[in-house]
Amino acid sequence: MAKQVRQANRSDVRKHEGFLRDGNFRWLWVALALCATSIAAYVMIDAEPRPRGGTMYGYIMGTIGALLIVWLSLFGIRKRVITSGVYSLKAWLSAHVYLGLSLLVIGTLHAGLHFGWNVHTLAYGLMVLVIVSGMFGAYAYAVLPRELSLNRGETTQRQWLETIRSLDAQLREAAQPLDRAEADIVRLSTEQTDISGSLLNRLTGQYPNCSTQRAINELARIHRSTPRGSNASLDQVDALLKRKQETLAQARRNIRIKSLLQIWLYIHVPVTFALLAALTAHIISVFFYW
Amino acid sequence: MTDKFRIAIVGSGPAGLSAAAHAAKIGVSHILLEKTDHLSDTIYRYQKKKYVMAAPPQLVLRADVGFEAGYRETILDVWNQGVAAAGANVRYNAEVKAVTGEKGDFTLTLTNGDTVRAETIVMAIGLQGNPNLMRCPGGDLPHVQYQLDDPTEYIDEHIFVIGAGDAGIENALGLAADPAQANVVGIVNRSADFSRAKDANVANLMNARDAGRVSTFTEASPSKVEPGWITLELPDGETRLRCDRIIARLGASAPRKFVESMGIEFSSASKDAYPKLTPNLETTAPGIYVIGALAGYPLIKNCMNQGHDVVEFINGNIGLAPADEPFLAKKLQHLPGEKSVSEWAEFLRDKVEILNGLSLLQMREYLVDSEVRFYRTDEVIFEKNSIGSSLFGIASGSVKVEINPKDPSITVPIGTGSIFGEVGLISGRRRGATIRAAEDTIAIEIPRKLALALRASVQEARETIERITTERGILQIFGSGLSPADIRDVLAKAEVKEIKPGEAIIREGEENYDIFIIRRGSMLVEREIAGKPVFLSYIPAGQVTGEMALVEGGRRIATVRAAVRSEVIRLDGNLFRVLLNRKPELVARLRSDMSSRRKINEFLEQQKGSITGVLDYYNSVARFLVEQGVGEATDVLLIDERLCVGCDNCEKACADSHDGISRLDREAGRTYANLHVPTSCRHCEHPHCMTDCGPNAIHRGPDGEVFIDDTCIACGNCERFCPYGVIRMEKVPPKKPGLIPWLLFGAGPGPGEPDDAWKVAHAGHGSSQKKATKCDMCSGKKGGPACVRACPTGAAIRVSPENFLSVALLDRGRE
Repeated sequence: MAKQVRQANRSDVRKHEGFLRDGNFRWLWVALALCATSIAAYVMIDAEPRPRGGTMYGYIMGTIGALLIVWLSLFGIRKRVITSGVYSLKAWLSAHVYLGLSLLVIGTLHAGLHFGWNVHTLAYGLMVLVIVSGMFGAYAYAVLPRELSLNRGETTQRQWLETIRSLDAQLREAAQPLDRAEADIVRLSTEQTDISGSLLNRLTGQYPNCSTQRAINELARIHRSTPRGSNASLDQVDALLKRKQETLAQARRNIRIKSLLQIWLYIHVPVTFALLAALTAHIISVFFYW
Repeated sequence: MTDKFRIAIVGSGPAGLSAAAHAAKIGVSHILLEKTDHLSDTIYRYQKKKYVMAAPPQLVLRADVGFEAGYRETILDVWNQGVAAAGANVRYNAEVKAVTGEKGDFTLTLTNGDTVRAETIVMAIGLQGNPNLMRCPGGDLPHVQYQLDDPTEYIDEHIFVIGAGDAGIENALGLAADPAQANVVGIVNRSADFSRAKDANVANLMNARDAGRVSTFTEASPSKVEPGWITLELPDGETRLRCDRIIARLGASAPRKFVESMGIEFSSASKDAYPKLTPNLETTAPGIYVIGALAGYPLIKNCMNQGHDVVEFINGNIGLAPADEPFLAKKLQHLPGEKSVSEWAEFLRDKVEILNGLSLLQMREYLVDSEVRFYRTDEVIFEKNSIGSSLFGIASGSVKVEINPKDPSITVPIGTGSIFGEVGLISGRRRGATIRAAEDTIAIEIPRKLALALRASVQEARETIERITTERGILQIFGSGLSPADIRDVLAKAEVKEIKPGEAIIREGEENYDIFIIRRGSMLVEREIAGKPVFLSYIPAGQVTGEMALVEGGRRIATVRAAVRSEVIRLDGNLFRVLLNRKPELVARLRSDMSSRRKINEFLEQQKGSITGVLDYYNSVARFLVEQGVGEATDVLLIDERLCVGCDNCEKACADSHDGISRLDREAGRTYANLHVPTSCRHCEHPHCMTDCGPNAIHRGPDGEVFIDDTCIACGNCERFCPYGVIRMEKVPPKKPGLIPWLLFGAGPGPGEPDDAWKVAHAGHGSSQKKATKCDMCSGKKGGPACVRACPTGAAIRVSPENFLSVALLDRGRE
C-alpha cells in the first residue's frame, strides 16, 4: 500500500493546480481566519487609554507579526535548500502569499492605527512596501506566464538571437550593391541595434530609439522618392529589416515579461532585509528605551 | 613436417591464441594454425579504435594472455606480446582444408598442400571467417568484398553495401561520412524496414539518407554483378546501376559442412545450432574439441578461458573445474540438497522446460547471471505491482498466483517445469499478481536480458514461452472462473501479431468481433466525430481491447491503432463468443470493465454538437503528447506554461539533489497549447537506452524509474539510443560551498549546476571520470522528485500516460 501512495505522489494529475489555489485555497482560509480573529478581538477588547502596541493585545499581535515576518523571510532559504523530505515549495509559496497579505491587517492592528516619524513607523512602512511589492509579484506570477508562453510559442530566446544574427548576415549581403547613404541605413540596423535596451525600455516594452526602426523609417523616406520595384536590392533590404523588426519585437516582448516577473524582487528582497533590521531596532527600542 | 604435435589448434582468435599460449606455458607440444598473416582476424578487422567490452564482469579471466576492455589496438598489442612471450608455436597463412585420421593420429591438410599431424585437434575457427556469400551471378568477382577495414581508404567510388544489419549500416555510414571522399554510397536491404539493426544505427542511416549522403534500396536484392555495374531487383522491376565496389555484409554462420566432414555432429538441424559437446568441450568425433564462437560462446573472455581449459583437459586434467566454478559454487551453496555445480546445472536444465534445449555448458553460462533460490511454503516470491522484469522457472515444487487481490485465498497453481513472471519480460510493466510458493520450491530467476537472449537463440525456449504467455495472458485478463481447459479452443487459434506504429488493429464501423490483448507497446483509441478523428483514450500493455463489440453487439465504435511498435494477441471473436455463452459471469465482468470507457463516450456524445473547441483541444494536445513520446513513457515531467515563471528552480533542485548535475533542461523541448515537454527522462516502457549497454548498467528501479548504476563505463551508447536526448555524459563537478557562505559572502556559484567556468577553475576536487547521467526520478528520496517539490508555482508536474491522456485533459480544456 505504501508503495502505491508513493507512486501517486510521483504522478498525480489532481495535484495539477497553481500556487494560489493550492490545496483548495487552504492558506487563503487560514489567513482569512487569522485576520477575522484579529479584527474581532480588536473591536471587542477595549484597550486603555487607546489601542496601541503597548497593550496586551498589542504585544500579542506584535509577537505574531514579528514571528510571521521572520518565517516569511525564511522562504528564500526554503527555496534554495533542496532537502529530500516531503515538502512542497508550492504550498510554501501559497502560505507565503496569503499569510504575507494577512500581515497587513495584523501589523496595522498592532500599531492601533498609531503612526509617527519614528523607527516603529519606519518598520511598518517597510513592511507595507514589501507586501505591496509582493502583491505585484503574486499578480505577475499568476498572469504573466501565460503571456510569456503565448509570445514564445515553440521558439526560444536562443533561436531569436540566432535569427537576428542570420538576418544581420543577410542584410550585409543584400547591402553590397547599395550606395553609401543607403548602406549606412543598413549599418544603422546591423551595428547599432540594442536588443534588450535600458531598464526603462525593458519594462515598458517601448524602444523609441530602436536603430532598426529608424532604418526602416529612413528607407521609407527614400522609397517615397524612388518607387517600389525600381531597386530590387533596396526592396530586399526593406523586407529583411521588417522581418528583423518582427523578431526583435517578439524577443523584446519576452524580455519585457521576464523583466516584470523579476523586477519586483529587486524591491521585495532588499527591503525585506531593511525590514528585518528596522524590526530588530523597533523591538529593542520598545523593550529597552520605552 | 613429419613431427606429430599433441594439439593442433585451428584458428587464432581469442580462444585459439589462449589455448596456444597455455599449451606453450605448460610445455605441451602444439601448433597454432592461422589462415591469415596476423593473430585474431576478427578483432583485427574491427573498425579502427573500436572499443571492445569485457563481459561478463563476474567471470574471472583464466588465461595466460591478458585481456581487459579497451580499444582494438591495445587489445591486439597485448595479445601479440602475450603469445610471443609464452613462446607459442604459430604458423601463419595456414588454412586447413581437410582433416583425416582419428584420435591420436590426425592429419590436417592445408590449402597449400602441406600437412600437419597431431594427436588432438582444437577447432577455434569462430564464425566470422565464414561470411555468408553473395549468391547471384558475378558474386565471386574481385570487387565484391565481405569486410570493410578502413572506410577512409576509398575515394570517389560508387559503392554498394548489401545487407542492412548493423555491420552493413555502419559500413555505409563510414563510407559516406566524409563528403570530401566523394563516394556514392547505396545500401541494399532485402526487407521493407531496417528492423534487424539497432535503433541508433537506423536513425543515423535515415538522417544520412535524408541528407542525401546514402541511397537506400528496400525490398531489394542484387540479381547480377558485373565489373563497374550492379543490377538490383526492386519491387517494381530491375535496375542497373554504376558500382565500383560491393561490400556484402550478409552475416556469418558456422562452416557447417567443413565441421561435419570431420565427423562432428550438431545439436539440431536448425541454422543456429552448435556442435554437440561434452563438458570437456570434446565433440562427437573423439579427439576433436571445439571452443569459442563455434561452440556457441561469442564473448571474448569465455573464449579465452575455454582455450585455457581445453588444453588442460587434453593434458589429462579432466577434473578441472571451469573458471566459473568457485563463483557458481558460492552462488548455489545456500540451496538445500548437497549437489555440485554440474549436478545443479543438469537438474535445472532437465526440470525447467524452457532450459531443456541448452547444453550443460550453456546452462552454466546462464547460471552465472541468474539466481537460483529456495522458497519455503507460503513465502512471497514477488508482490503484485512490484517492479521486476525477470523470468522464473520452477525446478522443483510449485507456486500459487493470487489472482484476486481482495481475496488472497483464491489462487491458481503453476507446477514444476513451468515458468512465471513472463509478463514483465514482454511488457516491461509491473508484476500483475502476487506469487507465493505453494510448497517448498526451488526456482531459477533469469534476468530479462538473458531471458530475451534465450528466447531469441533457442527455438524450443521461444515456442514454450510463446505458448505459456499467450495462455496466461488470456487467463489473467479475463480473470477468475476460467481454466486452461476453457480457453483451449480460443488459444489454438490465437495469433501473435507485430503491429507497426500507426497501424490500426480495429477500425470504426467495421463488423468484426475479434479481441486483442496488448502484449507489448500501447494503443490509442480514436473515433470520428464531426468528420475528424478524435482521440479517446490510451491503452497500455497488458490490457484487452475490442471486447465491446462482442459483448454489446453491433459494429466497432472506435478505431484502435498502435502508438508505438506493439505486439498483440488476436483472439477469434466467434470462438470467444462460444466461451462467453458458457460463462455468463465473464460477460458481467467485461461489462463492468467497460463502464468507464462508456462514460468517456457519453461525454463525447454530449460535446459533439456544442463545444467542438474542447474536443479539438483535447485531440490535438493528446496527439502532441503522444508525438513527444508520452505514449511510451511511464512517468514524464510536464510543465504547464500557464504557471511557469521561468525561475529554473526545478533545474537547480535537480542539480542540488544529484551531485551537482541537472538531469533536465527546462527550456529545451517542445511546447503545445501551453504544455511544455522539457528535455527530461520519460522512463519509457521499453527504454531505448537499455538497448546496448555493455556493462548492463541500466535498470528499472523499485518505483519504475530507469536508472544507471556505477558500473557505467561512459561508452555513450545510451546517449545515442535515447530519442529524447535526455542522457548527458558528465563528470561529477567539484563540491560547492554551502548556501549560507554563498548568501552572506558570495562564496561559490550558488544553488544549481555550476557553470563551466567555475567547474574548470575548481577542477581537481571533483571526479575525473565521466558517467552517463539521467533522471532517476529521485529514487529513494522520501519527498519524491525534487523538480516537482521545488516548483514554487505548481507548473512542474509528473504524469503517467494513463492518467493524463484521459478525461483530466478534457477538464483542463474546459477551464
